[in-house]
Amino acid sequence: MLTKRIIPCIDVDLDEDGNPAVYTGVNFEDLKYTGDPVEMAKAYNESGADEFVFLDITASAEGRETMLDVVERVADEVFIPLTVGGGIRTTDDIKETLRAGADKVSITTGALERPELINEGATAFGNQCIVISVDARRRFDGEGEHYVEIDGESCWFECTKKGGREGTGIDVLEWAQEAERRGAGELFVNSIDKDGTKDGYDLPLTKAVCETVDTPVIASSGCGGPEDMYDVFTEAGADAGLAASIFHFDEYSIEETKEYLDERDVPVRL
Amino acid sequence: MSTLSTSSEQSLASVVIVDYGLGNLRSVTRGLERADADVEITDDPAAFADADGVVLPGVGAFREGVENADPLREDLLEVAERGTPLFGICLGMQMLLTTSEEGENDGESAVQGLDLIPGTNVRFAEGQKVPHMGWNELDVQRDHPLVEGVDGQYAYFVHSYYAVPDDENAAVAMTDYEREFPSIVANEDGNVFGTQFHPEKSGETGLQILRNFVEICSRE
Repeated sequence: MLTKRIIPCIDVDLDEDGNPAVYTGVNFEDLKYTGDPVEMAKAYNESGADEFVFLDITASAEGRETMLDVVERVADEVFIPLTVGGGIRTTDDIKETLRAGADKVSITTGALERPELINEGATAFGNQCIVISVDARRRFDGEGEHYVEIDGESCWFECTKKGGREGTGIDVLEWAQEAERRGAGELFVNSIDKDGTKDGYDLPLTKAVCETVDTPVIASSGCGGPEDMYDVFTEAGADAGLAASIFHFDEYSIEETKEYLDERDVPVRL
Repeated sequence: MSTLSTSSEQSLASVVIVDYGLGNLRSVTRGLERADADVEITDDPAAFADADGVVLPGVGAFREGVENADPLREDLLEVAERGTPLFGICLGMQMLLTTSEEGENDGESAVQGLDLIPGTNVRFAEGQKVPHMGWNELDVQRDHPLVEGVDGQYAYFVHSYYAVPDDENAAVAMTDYEREFPSIVANEDGNVFGTQFHPEKSGETGLQILRNFVEICSRE
């Protein structure tokens, strides 16, 4: 039986000397240094991570170079799938990233601005390596196309850019369908409302996306512990749960999280 | 285009990875090196003849894969003919079969695989989540040196099509994704085989399979 995947997310930044470093913040503030990305990846692999997501959060040329180097070093030592995102805009960017040892690329803005990139990437490298990432924001006005009820109110989800700072007016569910049609192999669903809160994933959002597409869905943003993973798998139907800070700060180990899920009959790789 | 790595002093076997222009070859190279193979990534068929084993990797679409590998078709058939171990991974495994529904999808003529394991690759049913992506269990059906020590273990899959060999006995392991499908196939002679999953992405289980492969190569 196919198992649910537990994926640690590692945001790669540069430290003062230009070396790769991982920082974690709460609500985009109080950034704390949490480690070297390669060492973190090795430790997570030992504790049973099913996959990794690396995000280049520098969005700079230096960041890109550093990221490729990090990916090469991780791929040389860790034999599980790696997804790499941040600043990918062309098929050459995709090719370079895959050649460095990534298995999939995660694309947000690059695809919103030029949706053909999905078709091009899927045709050249296969749809399994094209992950379309959405940064969704709840909106309670009448400007969307698909609505769900949240606390008695009618809500739609908008695709945002630049980490939620810029709206697009595009309905997440419309975009998810289009991305799938164009050849996306997986959807990576972030919630601006939940990011950094640790009070659980955006279940209505995740559920709506899972019900709209046939491609696998990675839920992200808001995970505060194993019980949130349980909810997003059983209530929303996600295929994978992503978390950053709970693992980085050793609040919960991946092992513990998987044991919790296994005890409650959620299939995981132990 | 040829890169030779000689990291290991006491290598067990020399393995060629066929470079036909697709995807991530780094992980499979490092995985085979871990298994004490000398690895050469090349599109030069002359290298195939000297190798103890040949790996046909692959991610991507069947048509593109077959078309990119087409100049090497005769050379790959010769590898199999000589009895040299030929290991197809993911799309590389699907290319060992005769044909695929995938190649026909766009209304173009069917593309021919290598036909070393007669059969066809078919798509998962409508309404199923595709690709089948993630860790799933290997249910070993019969003896083959490739599967030594991996029965019941988990491997990492990413695919939308699966192999249906004409001969049921070609299935070495099965995996359950709402239906049972062959996740490891092999020909009758046992020297041509493939995994639908990525051993180079399947953690310790995958490394065990790569070690088994290198062991097979060292015996020939």
